[in-house]
Amino acid sequence: MALMTYAQAAATALGELMRVDPRVVALGEDLGRGGVFGQYRGLQAEFGAQRVIDTPISEAGIMGAAVGMALAGLRPVVEMRVVDFALCAVDEIVNQAAKNRFMFGGQGRVPLVMRLPIGIWSASAAQHSQSLEAWFAHIPGLVVVTPATPQDNHGLLCAALASGDPVVYMEHKELWATQAEVDTNEVIELGRARIARAGNDLTIVTWSRGLQPALDAAHALSAAGISAEVIDLRTLWPWDRDAVLASSARTKRLLVVHEAVQVAGFGAEIAATVAEALNVPVKRLGAPRIPVGYAQPLENESRLTADKIVATAKEFCK
Amino acid sequence: MAFADSPSLLIELYRTMARIRAFENAAEIASQGGVAAWGLAAAAKPALVRGPLHLSTGQEAVAVGVCKHLTHQDLLTSTHRGHGHTLAKGASVVPMMCELFGRATGTNQGKGGSMHIADFSVGMLGANGVVAAGIPIAVGAAHALKIKGEPHVVACFFGDGAVNRGPFLEGLNWAKVYELPVLFVCEDNRISATTPTAPMTGGDGAMARARSLGLDGLTVDGNDVMAVHDATATLVAQVRAGGGPRFLHALTYRFKGHVSVDPGTYRDATEVEAALLSDPLGLARAKLLALGVTAGDVDAIDVAARAEVAAAVAAAEAAPWPEARAAFEDVANTGGRGPWR
Repeated sequence: MALMTYAQAAATALGELMRVDPRVVALGEDLGRGGVFGQYRGLQAEFGAQRVIDTPISEAGIMGAAVGMALAGLRPVVEMRVVDFALCAVDEIVNQAAKNRFMFGGQGRVPLVMRLPIGIWSASAAQHSQSLEAWFAHIPGLVVVTPATPQDNHGLLCAALASGDPVVYMEHKELWATQAEVDTNEVIELGRARIARAGNDLTIVTWSRGLQPALDAAHALSAAGISAEVIDLRTLWPWDRDAVLASSARTKRLLVVHEAVQVAGFGAEIAATVAEALNVPVKRLGAPRIPVGYAQPLENESRLTADKIVATAKEFCK
Repeated sequence: MAFADSPSLLIELYRTMARIRAFENAAEIASQGGVAAWGLAAAAKPALVRGPLHLSTGQEAVAVGVCKHLTHQDLLTSTHRGHGHTLAKGASVVPMMCELFGRATGTNQGKGGSMHIADFSVGMLGANGVVAAGIPIAVGAAHALKIKGEPHVVACFFGDGAVNRGPFLEGLNWAKVYELPVLFVCEDNRISATTPTAPMTGGDGAMARARSLGLDGLTVDGNDVMAVHDATATLVAQVRAGGGPRFLHALTYRFKGHVSVDPGTYRDATEVEAALLSDPLGLARAKLLALGVTAGDVDAIDVAARAEVAAAVAAAEAAPWPEARAAFEDVANTGGRGPWR
């Protein structure tokens, strides 16, 4: 075990993978100096500029090149800085990376991890704050991973690179400095949720930065006599349907909370699945359908907070 | 160059062009009625080639002249108009025709069709339904070859329309920045889908844009297979020697419409008639005759090509359809457990 931040956990995992597998390369803007969030710190010094590649500001070029690298036998890890920039590379992600294996009849594979950091952070306003995980979960061929803790940012990055598929790996920008003990030997399987807190009256499903406010809310709810189970989904595709159904069947109530806009968010998929499979009430809490504003009072309207979760849960459990 | 005096080389190039021409002519016939667009009614009987079929008829010399210099270990990315590149790279006619017919025995197991035809076993990494999308992919493949220290090159085909898309700039810049082993081939057929490219393009066009990004290259008559061959010989030698990327601008013409069921009536008939006088097969035939090859020998090449393709059509028509369950295969490894995937 070692104490590390969410960013250090990812850098540690990538370093371990690069040491054992010469096919692993990283590419993106500003990687040489450690990445804009320090999540590549030390890697270029150890592995050289040929494997930790500083690229031009060319998101479509970066993503398309990574697809070509993967087809030619490398295992690229792509940095997009923020998911908002990856929108410049949507053809490369959706039409190229995601479709390649299927449309060419299984002739090739695209083992590619694309890091698309999400979320509200540091008053970054409308074009640097989005949580677009549902977009990518909608695309057949893509895996979607959303780590919430340093431990998971180590284990899930290892699992993502081992999967052999194109993986949309979505770290949350506000979590970079989160510190915790990390066991670098722990193996995490894609598609396995984690029960972060056990409870009996209500199942709260969340992921990424939703986890901490959900845990804080569960703590507050317990004082009000409501025992909430909190499930960190960890990966949105594949998602752990069995764990969510089992918990919801037991608690008889499902609440999905996420920072992303609620309309057509991935919470809708989970709520619909549970409603179809079980005769239990479901509820969602996400952001209103507004761009993230700059000023604090505006940004607050888009933030997921423990208070909002508590209020929603109390109303739900009446 | 000595190449121009060699009938055996020109015969070989002509043979590949004749196979492409025969393949596309047969596919064109098999596609009639397949897409009820362009003002044409769908035929009563479903076409054997159901989807969009983009023909490279008239452009064969570019594919053949370039690919003569590539091995199966060299890689290639193509466009939506990719039959010629695929055949010239070494793919076989039967699995290609099966793919156009959507059969399980196709190069892509019936999952891609004409627009996504690929044969990775000969280094052909795929046709692409998105203009210019193959450019960054080719560049990345070349980057991987360089990192792995493999002595191969990548040929990247695209049309004149692609030079107006962002990935053209991003891909060429990338190839130059990292001095990658890529030969960019702009097949300039002068038309972007159904609209002339020149009035849509600022500045001096493809070659000027490549030079502005630091790439050297050559402009050739893309209907003269020997000219393409000789220019590519020079450029590929430079790329293989570690000289970084090069650019070939090949001027040619698309005889057919944008897709096979498009009659292309938006074009000036005199322009098409003039272009037909520069048919790359006609030009090569004339050169072969001038070199002393008999008309009968050239005809025999055409007959053999048509016979090979006719047999492929028969094989494709008899070939099995994919099982429905194949629609769920090769999506991803990590698709989740159970039927909801």
